Amino acid sequence: MAKVFIYPATSLILSDLVARFGHKPLGAALGIRERIQTAGVDSPPLQITPEEPKRGLKYAAVEVPSGVRGRMAIYGPLIEEAEAAVIVTDADFAFGCMGCARTDELILFSLRQSGIPILELKYPTTDDEGVRFVAAIKKFLAGLPNGGAA
Amino acid sequence: MAEYIPGYVGTVTKYVFVESPVMTPGELALRAYEASEGVLIKETCFGLQVTGEPEAVDRLIARIRTFDPMHIFVKDRGFPPGDPRRCRANLGGARPGYLGHEREFRILRYITRGLEEVERRGEEAETPEPAPEKRSGITIRRLQELIDEES
Repeated sequence: MAKVFIYPATSLILSDLVARFGHKPLGAALGIRERIQTAGVDSPPLQITPEEPKRGLKYAAVEVPSGVRGRMAIYGPLIEEAEAAVIVTDADFAFGCMGCARTDELILFSLRQSGIPILELKYPTTDDEGVRFVAAIKKFLAGLPNGGAA
Repeated sequence: MAEYIPGYVGTVTKYVFVESPVMTPGELALRAYEASEGVLIKETCFGLQVTGEPEAVDRLIARIRTFDPMHIFVKDRGFPPGDPRRCRANLGGARPGYLGHEREFRILRYITRGLEEVERRGEEAETPEPAPEKRSGITIRRLQELIDEES
């Protein structure tokens, strides 16, 4: 079972397919869950504390806005942990404020720099594209070093 | 700032989405309750949220997937059900994240079609070549002919 980062990190489809074909999807939920289950000083809404932008310094320079660094404190460790990645390049719902948008760009940049196997796709808009989409993900996951229990 | 005391520590929460012509979220919930083994189940308009110990949730999810494998989809959730920071009962309007799910929900039928076809073709199936793009519109030559006819 390989750890596969998914982008968009909140994607239902990618999370399901990666788990369905026998691997562990690494998405935003894992980082969020870790934070909200950790006791500490309340810092709504996500239990993000002033420590997060400091941890984000590992992934972004100090002049990068704290919003990006704070978000990278969640995604950075997941990217480091990932052994492969599946990216949907035309995910129109993966937008947001400048913090989210720049973090998304940094996530994609970090993934491509990391040297792990990456599969880039577009969301299907027809049945035929759906078949190609699923087949491509299955083939990619089956070819990962830690095997594919598809 | 108030001290933060987390709830549901050590548990995992997962969303279960059902997009099926033969199973409604209500029916899915009833069948899931029968197999729940103490896992907390919350019925939603799109399926379920299940919360519990990781092993128990994994067993339940594996069971739930067997109900309708091609039409049931699962993903992790960071927050437990009813968390006041996310629950729309406290916030009003759609829950944050719901709109993303709604967007992907419209694509699930293509994923279902893909899963069915990939299973039908079996392990040896190769990724099919993309179909040649259909040319849209008219050619330059045809456009010139139309202009000539009109003039």
